[in-house]
Amino acid sequence: METFFSTLINGLSLGGIYAMIALGYTMVYGIAKMLNFAHGDIIMVGGYTIFLFLFINPIVAIAAAIVFCVVIGILIEKLAYKPLRGSSPLAVLITAIGVSYLLQSFAQILFGSATKFVEIATFEKKLQLGAVSIDIPTIITLVCSAAVMAALSIFVKYSKTGRAMIAVSEDKGAAQLMGINVNTIIMITFAIGSALAALAGVFTLLKSPAITPTFGAMPGIKAFTAAVIGGIGSIPGAMVGGLLLGIIETFSNAVPALSPYTDAVEFSILIIVLLVKPTGLLGKKRREKV
Amino acid sequence: MALLEIKDLQVYYGVIQALKGITFEVNEGEIVTLIGANGAGKTTTMQSIMGLIHPRSGEIIYNGQNIVGMPTHKIVRLGMTQVPEGRRVFSELSVYDNLVMGGYVNKNPSEIKKDIETVYGLFPRLKERKSQPAGMLSGGEQQMLAMGRALMSHPKLMMLDEPSMGLAPILVTQVFEMIKHLHSTGTTILLVEQNAEKALAIADRAYVLETGNIILSGTGSELANSDLVKKAYLGN
Repeated sequence: METFFSTLINGLSLGGIYAMIALGYTMVYGIAKMLNFAHGDIIMVGGYTIFLFLFINPIVAIAAAIVFCVVIGILIEKLAYKPLRGSSPLAVLITAIGVSYLLQSFAQILFGSATKFVEIATFEKKLQLGAVSIDIPTIITLVCSAAVMAALSIFVKYSKTGRAMIAVSEDKGAAQLMGINVNTIIMITFAIGSALAALAGVFTLLKSPAITPTFGAMPGIKAFTAAVIGGIGSIPGAMVGGLLLGIIETFSNAVPALSPYTDAVEFSILIIVLLVKPTGLLGKKRREKV
Repeated sequence: MALLEIKDLQVYYGVIQALKGITFEVNEGEIVTLIGANGAGKTTTMQSIMGLIHPRSGEIIYNGQNIVGMPTHKIVRLGMTQVPEGRRVFSELSVYDNLVMGGYVNKNPSEIKKDIETVYGLFPRLKERKSQPAGMLSGGEQQMLAMGRALMSHPKLMMLDEPSMGLAPILVTQVFEMIKHLHSTGTTILLVEQNAEKALAIADRAYVLETGNIILSGTGSELANSDLVKKAYLGN
C-alpha cells in the first residue's frame, strides 16, 4: 500500500512535468496548426541557461532560463516558422526537425557532449506522510505543476487574450474579423509554451541534476505522446495525457517484469488510444468547414 | 459621399480569375446589395474588402484611404466588420465570450459590458443563452449571435454574407427586419445574398454579379423589376 501510494505520487509528479511540456505542443498545434518538434529542445536550452547562471543563485538562474527560453521560442517562431505560414505542413514539420537539430548542435558546440552537472538545490530530508516517504523535489514538482496548470486554465478561460487564443484555434479567419492579430496570438502561444518548457527543465534537473545536448529529446517525445493521447490541440487533454503517461511510466518501472520495457509500454498505450479513439481522449472531431 | 469605393478589383485563385475587374461603391447610410448565383464572386468580394484575400490589382478605398494590403485586424479597427457566411461563431466559447471577442478592438471593459447589454436588448434570445457554448445554439440563434458579435465593434460599415442561408422562412424575415433596424440606427450596410427578392426589397441600390463581372446595377426596385433579374434570380 505504501509502495502504491509513493509510486502514485512519483507518477503524478513526473506526469506534471510531461503535462507542462505537452501543453506547449498542444497549444502551438491548436493555434498555429503545426507540430513544433523543436519544443523538447527548449527544455535543454533552459537547462544550460541554468548551468550558466547557477553561480549567482538558483532563483536568478531559473528566472534567466525562463526569460531566455521565451526569447528563443519567439525567435524560432519569427525566423523559422512564420515565413512558412500557409505553406505545406510537411515543409513546416521538416523545418521544426531542423530547428531541433540546430539547437542540439549549438549546445554541443558551446558545452560539449559530456554530461554537465546542474545542482539547483539539494534536499537532505524526505517528506514523511505516515509510513510513506517522498522526495522533496517530487513534492515541489507536483505542487508547482498543479499551480501552473491551474493558472494557465484560468488565463485561457477568463482573460481576453486567452479567449482570443481559443477563437484563433477554432477559426483563424473569423478571429481576424474580430480584430484579433493572429500573429500576436501565435507569438504569445510560443512564449507561454517556452516558459512552461523552461519550468519543466527546472523540475527535471531537481530530480536528476545532469544535462547533455539531448537532454530535452526524450521528455519532448514523451510529452508529445502525452499530448496525442490526451487529444492534440486540447489543453485539458495535454494535462490528462501528461499525468496519465507519468503514472504509467512510474508504475511500469516499479514492476520488475515490466521495467525494462517501460518505453515500449508507454508507446503501446499511444497506439491503443489512437486505435480506439483517433482524436485522443479529450480531442474533438474537427469540424468540416464549407 | 462614398464610404467604400471598389475600383477595378481583380482577384485570382491560382490561375482562375474570380473577380474580373469590378467597380462599385457604397455611400454612407445606404443599404447596398450584391446579388448573384453561387460562384459569381460575392464572397470573394467581401473577403477582399476585409483583407482576408489579397487582390491582384485594383483599389479598395474606405473613407478616402486605400486599404489594399492592410491586415484584417487593422481594417476592423477602421470601423468595418463582416458577418461571415455560415456565421462562424466560436462554438467552444460561450455566447457571452463570443460577444466579448466581437468587442476585442475595444480596450474599455465597462463599455464592452454596456455594448453586450445593448446586443441582448436587440436579441433577447442571446441573453437567455448567454452562458451556453455557441456551438449549442440553433442556426437562427447563431445568426443572431454572429450579427450581435459584429455590432460589438461599433461598425460604420457592416457587411453581411448570406445571412439568410439555411434559415427557416420566419427567421429569414427576422434577419432582414434586423438589418433594416441596424440601418435605421445609422449603420451602412453591404449585403450579399442569394435571396434576391428579399435583398432587393430592402436595398437602396444593388449590383448583379455574374462570373466575376458586374453585369447590372441600379436601385433596388429598378433591379427587382428588370427582366434579366426576374428571369435569372427571382424565378418568374
